[in-house]
Amino acid sequence: MERTTSTSPSRTSDVEERLRSLFLRGLAGDAVAYRDCLQQLARHLRAFLARRLFGWPDEVEDLVQECLLAMHNQRHTYQSDQPLTAWAHAIARYKLIDLLRAKSAREALHEPLDDEMALFAESATEASDARRDVQALLAQLPDRHRLPIVHVKLEGLSVAETARLTGMSESAVKVGIHRGLKALAAKLRGGDA
Amino acid sequence: MKTDDFAALLAAQVAPVPPRTVSRRLRQALAAGLPLAALIMLCGYGLRHDLVQAMFWPMFWIKLLFSVCIGTAGYVMVQRLARPGVAVRGAWLGAVLPVLLMWALALYRWHLMPGDARMPDLMGQTWRSCVFNIALISLPLLAAGLLALRGMAPTRPAAAGAAAGALAGGAGAAVYALHCPELTAPFLAVWYVLGIALPVLAGALLGPRLLRW
Repeated sequence: MERTTSTSPSRTSDVEERLRSLFLRGLAGDAVAYRDCLQQLARHLRAFLARRLFGWPDEVEDLVQECLLAMHNQRHTYQSDQPLTAWAHAIARYKLIDLLRAKSAREALHEPLDDEMALFAESATEASDARRDVQALLAQLPDRHRLPIVHVKLEGLSVAETARLTGMSESAVKVGIHRGLKALAAKLRGGDA
Repeated sequence: MKTDDFAALLAAQVAPVPPRTVSRRLRQALAAGLPLAALIMLCGYGLRHDLVQAMFWPMFWIKLLFSVCIGTAGYVMVQRLARPGVAVRGAWLGAVLPVLLMWALALYRWHLMPGDARMPDLMGQTWRSCVFNIALISLPLLAAGLLALRGMAPTRPAAAGAAAGALAGGAGAAVYALHCPELTAPFLAVWYVLGIALPVLAGALLGPRLLRW
């Protein structure tokens, strides 16, 4: 098992000893010790996996639970003459490689499929819902309010660029944003009521 | 679900696990597979008629020992590969060394023999069927071994499948040795090795498909 540089060998062996005795009691049927053991294992797994799943922070917690489930289902494969870290590490590594392999297979298909988006990108779906709502609201505004908000607030252009683009004066753009947002807020409140 | 709650949920339904479960399941697999293999041998081929007499020939025992050695190494390897984080260490030597020794013995005999006696020694009378027979007899053992492995956690499924194949092939060859009339080292070095290699190959190919967990 790899250690972080901040963890001294003696601390690692303390953890090993504590977790191992909890796990062995769990194997004998002690549910409380077993729960403690799994919860502590989860913490170590989270740190271990987060470091290796650097690009996918969303996946870490799912994988932690996947590993816990695997350890639970395969607990009969642990034998007491073996360090618990070696056993747990091998399982975590196996599940990590499984995930990475599935990911690379998925990402090799360049065309994103809608089903996969729905499964793995929940936060992205919410964001696009919000965008759709904003656009529906914006469509109700007159151009002199709508265009400044679209260009400055949504597309991130500067006030001067927006003025050039729309042919409005800079102060008209600023006023348009201000009044437009106010009108939008009023519409939102009206929609709630 | 929060991970701590998930852990509590798993722990709530925990049942005591008897120690040495892996070994016990493997022994059960052997106990199911070996009689089947013996049954195929007895019904399909029958014991060799001069079995009692053959027991006095060293080559008979070398053949038996050769097969049992590979089977035992396969058993030890399966037991290690079935458990996450356990190194195989030198167990593979137990399967490779007998083959190397048999090849050395075969080459030695090959060189001592006069040229026209070599081919009959190598081909025997049953070279056509030997490989297939060993593979067939080891089939129930391979199935039982893979089935047992499915209830375990091999992190290297191809290697675990191959080890199950070595267990099945070695044990199958040992069972077949009670029927097989061939007793020359060149014959064993080629046809027995191929017969054992077949289940090993099958296990290595099936492992990644069957042993996911």
